[in-house]
Amino acid sequence: MGPQEHGHDHDHPHDEIAQAGRPGYYEVMETAVRELLIEKRLIETEEIRRQVEVLDSRTPALGATVVARAWVDPAFKSRLLANGRAACEELGISFYDDTGLIVLENTGQVHNLIVCTLCSCYPRAVLGLPPDWYKLKPYRARAVIEPRAVLAEFGTVVPDDVEVRVSDSTAMVRYLVLPQRPAGTDDYTEEQLAALVTRDTMIGVAPATIRTGSTVQ
Amino acid sequence: MGPAARVVLAFGEAPVFAPGDQVRILTRLPVGHYRVPLYLRGKAGTVEAVIEPPGIDNEEEAYGRNAGMKRHYYRVALPMTEIWPDYVGSPRDGLRIEVFETWLERI
Repeated sequence: MGPQEHGHDHDHPHDEIAQAGRPGYYEVMETAVRELLIEKRLIETEEIRRQVEVLDSRTPALGATVVARAWVDPAFKSRLLANGRAACEELGISFYDDTGLIVLENTGQVHNLIVCTLCSCYPRAVLGLPPDWYKLKPYRARAVIEPRAVLAEFGTVVPDDVEVRVSDSTAMVRYLVLPQRPAGTDDYTEEQLAALVTRDTMIGVAPATIRTGSTVQ
Repeated sequence: MGPAARVVLAFGEAPVFAPGDQVRILTRLPVGHYRVPLYLRGKAGTVEAVIEPPGIDNEEEAYGRNAGMKRHYYRVALPMTEIWPDYVGSPRDGLRIEVFETWLERI
């Protein structure tokens, strides 16, 4: 499809945006519990709306600023590796869910990958909501059973002499991967570096490369 | 000797395990809300780090049974070959997981 074809006078119809089908079992249960909690004044609608805004404000762009800072500022990087949460808080990133953060550095010897086999623990404070595949059972099971095969499916072939280290998040701590800074970026600004850091590089399924991010001017 | 040397810590305040300790994740099969994945129960590993600060017992908290008891989580390192005897990959590949103190025994 060329850019003009959807670029875009609305002279053609779109499907109405509507809920398809009846709500599922858990949707009905969520609505019922939410309405009960509100009716009993245990929570307020304002709190739910505010929490949605909190989550909407957390995106991989936040994590990318953390990574880019670590790439250009060795002192910040050592603070980040010593205490991920405190270093992110320096940049104004709050941990509204009171989780800890361990930052895992990828090197020429170690490739880190994160997963939550029990549910969907994810560094939401820094990256926002996880992708759907992160929450589905195939990834959750296979990431700990055959991480190299999973990585290869993401296009990441880890050499045998590099250790694959999988961190399974279960309770108080969340993980963030610090990818390796790509070669050929010595003259990049911090902002240009941040553009190379995608969500997948911080989960550990892909390396940061000059190609992964948006075009650098 | 300064006054701090005479301070007595409450149970659970000081970590029981230290980095380098060999530990086994207990094999227990309680019913309910548990944070230790089945695939790791009974497996042996090495304490890599003590996770600070101590945390409440999430498994008790899930049932509203909490008397404020806190203990440490430990970042435990296990070789993939310890978890999966037929693991395909480098023998150096490994797993890291945080495990609550009540689920570890020294070996």
